[in-house]
Amino acid sequence: MTPLRLVIVDDEQPARSRLRELLGDCGEEMPHVVAGEAENGVEGLQVVAAAAPDIVFVDIHMPEMSGIEFARHLQILERPPAVIFVTAHDQYAVQAFEVNAVDYLTKPVRAARLLAALKKAAHGTRVTRGVLERIDPQPRRHLSVAERGRVILVPVSEVIYLRAELKYVTLRTREREFLVEESLTQLEQEFAAVFVRIHRNCLVARRLIRGFDRGVETEGEAGWSVLLDGCDEKLPVSRRQWAQVKPLGKGHG
Amino acid sequence: MQSIRQNDPPDALPDFRNLGVMSRILVGVNMLALLFAVARSRGVADFTDRVAEIAGRMEPVLLGVVMTLYLASPAFGRLAYRHGLPAVLATVLVVTGALSPFQFLFGGSGDWREIVLGLCYAAVATGLLAWYFHLRNRAFSPAIAEARLQALQARIRPHFLFNSLNAVLSLIRTDPKRAESALEDLAELFRTVMADNRELIPLGEELSLCRQYLNLEQLRLGDRLHIEWQVEPDVEPVLVPPMFLQPLVENAVYHGIEPGISPGVIEVRIARRNDRLLLHLSNPYFEEHQHRQGNRMALANIRERLQLHFDVEASLTTRVNGGRYEIDIVMPFRAAQ
Repeated sequence: MTPLRLVIVDDEQPARSRLRELLGDCGEEMPHVVAGEAENGVEGLQVVAAAAPDIVFVDIHMPEMSGIEFARHLQILERPPAVIFVTAHDQYAVQAFEVNAVDYLTKPVRAARLLAALKKAAHGTRVTRGVLERIDPQPRRHLSVAERGRVILVPVSEVIYLRAELKYVTLRTREREFLVEESLTQLEQEFAAVFVRIHRNCLVARRLIRGFDRGVETEGEAGWSVLLDGCDEKLPVSRRQWAQVKPLGKGHG
Repeated sequence: MQSIRQNDPPDALPDFRNLGVMSRILVGVNMLALLFAVARSRGVADFTDRVAEIAGRMEPVLLGVVMTLYLASPAFGRLAYRHGLPAVLATVLVVTGALSPFQFLFGGSGDWREIVLGLCYAAVATGLLAWYFHLRNRAFSPAIAEARLQALQARIRPHFLFNSLNAVLSLIRTDPKRAESALEDLAELFRTVMADNRELIPLGEELSLCRQYLNLEQLRLGDRLHIEWQVEPDVEPVLVPPMFLQPLVENAVYHGIEPGISPGVIEVRIARRNDRLLLHLSNPYFEEHQHRQGNRMALANIRERLQLHFDVEASLTTRVNGGRYEIDIVMPFRAAQ
């Protein structure tokens, strides 16, 4: 049996070394190597890309990105590793894990529980994207894009617009464009506070609306288009959305 | 019987040096005077004359009484309630009587009937106020008990306990000495949390509790946590409500340090300004973290306890200023005797 490859993601150094210690105790029954450690989710995604682990231990309460959001970004990899969540005390997450039959460990971790979780994960029990969304319905702080086996994170605050095109959604930032494999409707629901729908196929960042311009032909009629900070494209506003979008241009001139 | 007596709070004289108590006495006596004027007047014009007359004669005496009570407050504090109450009544009557011969200075006749009337009025006012403070004491005491209960429940996040235990476990094999001192800190912290937190304690004790708590946080957060203390040397004996600072420091770590990847600074400044103790606490502010976990529980609890102990003389204000969350507390500077 080839040893399992493991990665530990936790913001507290003592917690990481304690888990390593306990894993050492389980080494005889479950041969493994700890292939990497990270102290937050952003770093964790890079470590996972480099180490290609079978199992990732993820603390839930971390700065910058929660453990659940980290696990959601992992799911866009071609072969996502199994995830074992670790938490000190997070009532809501623990309840959600129970309801959705997701395996988790509580800190302080016991060796026997750790061994059981390892065995279960090694047999290929996986969480799905849908389950993770149900566990933490909070909006993510990043959107993720898979590129050449790596996960690229785009902070939601840097997104200018999201536009549906055939199979993908185009994500535009100040610097460049990305293709995201998500549905526009779900993105609209998750980030209702950040984006507004201006057209059947387009969401734009509310705070970047600079103003409106008349005279772009859309489907044969002259309508309004929206001007956005940080991008020179003019995006058409559909007549159906105009009433909702118009007030957002106020105060920007 | 024992338990019933414990639930029934003992009566105590109010603190005559407390601004709230003094203003309640002044307002109460003046309200009585108004009622008295209404009862004795025969019309609107007559009423205003009466008020002016009564006020002119009563206010100097009232101020004299309040000042005497203020000065004699420490002496009253040493008496049991059943001795203290007659002592206060006697003081009020003596002061009223002593000031009465000077009433002619304020337009009174100095007639003996007026002096007797003044003494009766002073006795009635004292009795009614004593009754009022007795009721107020009863009304607020369950709140003290409840606040204590809240103090037990709202203090120390389970998140902190389990993470700290985990951090201690990580030390046992490699650094048993440090594990020992960490467990000692933890024990000390919980001893205080579980103590009867009704009595005021010296600020020095609260500060050492905060330091023990921060040692534990330092253990697991390492370089991410920086504390800047600026404590004036003479503030340590000041009496403060127990567990009034530790929960605020805990909030500062939870909301100001944990959500950040880069190191953050918690600043604690404590100073004396005349008869006030000024306390300033600040930490980095993460806007998006505020929606997730409210810290209003601890703030409301501490505000309530400050009010119970110091009435209007204490205040707690919070604000966000230049990317930092700031708390300012003002309370009376009262040292332990």
